[in-house]
This record gives sequence, structure tokens and C-alpha cells, in this order.
Amino acid sequence: MFAIKSYYNFGLVTTPIAKFIMSWFTQTLSTTIGKKVIMALSGLFLITFIIVHVSGNMLLFKGDEGEAFNLYAKFMTSNPLVRLVSIVLYSGIILHVIYAIVLTLYNRKSRPVGYKMTHPSENSTWKSRNMGILGTLVFIFLVIHMRSFWWEMHFGDIPVKTYAGIEVVDLYTVVLAAFSNWWYSALYVLAMVALGYHLSHGFWSAFQTVGLNHEKYMPLLKKTALIFSIIVPLLFASMPVYFYIKSIL
Amino acid sequence: MNVTLKIWRQKNATDTGKFETYDMKDINDHMSFLELVDVLNEKLEQEGKEPVHFDHDCREGICGSCAMYINGRPHGPMKGTTACQLHMRHFKEGETITVEPWRARAFPVIKDLMVDRSAFDRIIQAGGYISVNTGGVPDANEIPVSKDIADEAFNAATCIACGACVAACKNASAMLFVSAKISQLALLPQGQVERERRAELMISQMDAEGFGACSNTQACSAECPKEIDMLNIARMNREFLKAKVGSRAQEIH
Repeated sequence: MFAIKSYYNFGLVTTPIAKFIMSWFTQTLSTTIGKKVIMALSGLFLITFIIVHVSGNMLLFKGDEGEAFNLYAKFMTSNPLVRLVSIVLYSGIILHVIYAIVLTLYNRKSRPVGYKMTHPSENSTWKSRNMGILGTLVFIFLVIHMRSFWWEMHFGDIPVKTYAGIEVVDLYTVVLAAFSNWWYSALYVLAMVALGYHLSHGFWSAFQTVGLNHEKYMPLLKKTALIFSIIVPLLFASMPVYFYIKSIL
Repeated sequence: MNVTLKIWRQKNATDTGKFETYDMKDINDHMSFLELVDVLNEKLEQEGKEPVHFDHDCREGICGSCAMYINGRPHGPMKGTTACQLHMRHFKEGETITVEPWRARAFPVIKDLMVDRSAFDRIIQAGGYISVNTGGVPDANEIPVSKDIADEAFNAATCIACGACVAACKNASAMLFVSAKISQLALLPQGQVERERRAELMISQMDAEGFGACSNTQACSAECPKEIDMLNIARMNREFLKAKVGSRAQEIH
């Protein structure tokens, strides 16, 4: 029982900060299950964002020289509610990344001496064992992606277009220019492959972590995860592919 | 049949350890894997050498003692099998078989293939007791339990605490073991009184022992000799969250 007691005490009980650190909330979230629940919930939140993002970006295909897309971009960067949600989104990404690092380091410590001979592919999938690597690839992509479009939109010197009296930054032209570059488009397609694998494990895995696994719905959930993780990255990847092909024709 | 055994030899907990290779000639292919190590040990003793230390007890697949990482997998290549129930006929003629101890921070090596699994005992101890009335022997079926729930609880209770789940997991996580032990009581009427506290205490002990978190790779279920399902881990997480968020008592665990 001593080990259990010492786990709760941390050896500091006096200051108000220590009391807060030891509070029910932080104590719950600092357990291995608590940390995974944070990963699961932030992951599911990011999945909802991806749905919004891919839907909005489909306006690129509207064939109106980017009018709808530019107006949509303007709305997404100026509407106060959307801007508030975007802060939550960035926090969600950062939370997901930080907890991924914390958990990876913790999990590595759990096996200080590894096996000399091991065959993990006999009992598990590569993607499930390498969510960290897949996540890192997606994160690197995200940084490049944000630099190319988010940064340009906010701080770049982009020409302005006017639609029915409304002045709008012409992000559509920036997209067109970026995707006329073959290696930049190829990078996007590769990143979407990583995202697809990341999602195909993460989607159902998040439900399992928060305790939602039952034979009634898990088979459906796993199928939904597979379809989602193919369709969404495919739609995203179709954008650079489409605009690259358009640029060389 | 002839095989080559490549076994991890380590004098004590602080020794760095290394592989030793032994040629095993004219092995009966009906032997269990433990009997193969017995034959080797007899030979080693005759030669005046230190025999290979390994855990074993029932040799019929129900005690969970025989912890061996055989050819890169816990309990070897067969599904739903402990090392004692693994027979030599499942190996190829002339095959080199690599044997290592379980590897986990919470399972330190004692000697050769023996690891200290008392972390599991401490988790069980942390779970504590169940409240039952004293007195005469209760009648069979006095407490009604529906068949499907009884089956589910029994499936969880088949866990033999061998530690293959920890050995298989890339994070050396003990969640399949702990979830099986939490589930078997959470499902039954007898386990209701201490249900919330049990989940909280066993999980905090699991963390205190230094087992990793769950990445849902499902390697544990795939390697479990009793084929305990991942559904139990979801149930454990549910029990944990329910206890944390909505505990009936005001006492904080």
C-alpha cells in the first residue's frame, strides 16, 4: 500500500500551487489513461476540423476563378467566431503534439532494455506501432503548409481582388502558384498518405481509448475509419494533383 | 529433429548478459518447449555447467509461469499457447530458436529467463478485497448472474497473469492484464461494492509500477495465451473514467 500512497503525495503538500497540482483534475489527467484520453479527445476534435477544412477547400474546384474560395478564405480569417474556434484548434494541435511527445518518452522508458530479436509485424500493424512517426510527418507538413498559405494570407504581400464591392485577398492565385510546382505538389500527396495511415488507426483508436468499444458498433466504426482515412486524404491530395496537371496543360 | 538454441544468459540483475548457443541433437518433436530446455539443463548439469534458469510450474497452460520470448514473440509462434504447451513439431528441422526473457522496466531480470513479476501481485493487492457475508456456504446460484455476463466475466478471469501482454506491447503496457482483472469483478454482482475504488487503485498502482500506456496496437490480444479481448481495455478505461467523474462516494482516490 505504500507505493499507492506515495503515488498520490508527490512529497509536497503545503503550498496552494502544490495543492492545485495534486488536485483531482490534474491527477486524473496525469495517469496513463488520462493522458491517452487527452490524445483521443484532441484527435477526435482535429478530425472534425479536417472535415470542415476539406469541405471548404472543395470550393477550389468550383471553376469560378477562385471567387467562392477567396470569399470563403476571407470569412475564415475575419469572422470573430471562426477566429475564436481557430485558437481552440491551434491549442488542440499543440496539446495533441505535446501529449504525443510526453507519452512517447514515457512509453520508451517502460522498456529500457529491448529485445535482440523481435517480430512485431506478427501481432500488430505497422501504422499502429508508428503513430509517432506518421504524426511527425503530418506535423512537418503542417508547418510547411501553414508557412505557404496561413502566413501568406496574414502577413504576405498578396494581390487584392474585388467581388461585388468587397475587397478580398486573392489566395486562390497563391494556391495555383504553389501547386504548379511539381515537388511541392508531390510533398502534399506524400503527406496525405501519412495522414491517411495516421487516421486509419487514430480514428477508431480514439473511441477505444475513451472506453467506447462494443461489438454492436465497433465493426461499423472501424469501417467508417477506413473509408474516412481514404476519402479525406484523397480529396486533399486531389487539389495539388488537379492544379499541377492544369498548370502544365 | 535437430535445432540450435540461442538462449539469453544473465548471471544476476546487474549482469549485462549475453546469448549462448547450444546445439540440440535428436530432439523428440512431441516434446514441449520447456522439455527441450529440461534436456539442455540435464546436459549442462552433467557437464558441470550452470543450468538455464526459467520459471515453470503447472506445465499445462494454466499457471502463467513460463515466460519466454521465443523467436521474437511471447510464448513463441503459436496462437493462444503458453511456452509449456508449445511443441517442437511446430519448429523447422535445423531451425535456430532465439529465447529471451520478458523485457519491461516493471519486470526486471532476476537470472537468465526469469523475471520478477511481483509488480502484477502488487496491482492485484492494490485492488483489495470484495465484501462478502460470512457464515455458512452459500447455495449455488444464490446470486443471479445472466449467462452472457457470466461468460464475459469468465473470459476475463481466464487471464493467467503470465505477462505476455506486457512482453508483446511496444510500450510494455500492462493494460490487458489490469483490464481483465478489473473486468472480471466489475461484471459480477459480487464485485459491485468496491467497483469504483478497485478500478482507481489498480490503475494508479499500474502507473506506479512503470508500465507504459496503451497505443491500441492490439499486440497484447494477439499474443495472449488466453486470447483476452481488447474490449476489456475499453471497459477498464470506462470504469476508470466513470469512477473519476462520477464516483458515488465523496472520498477521493
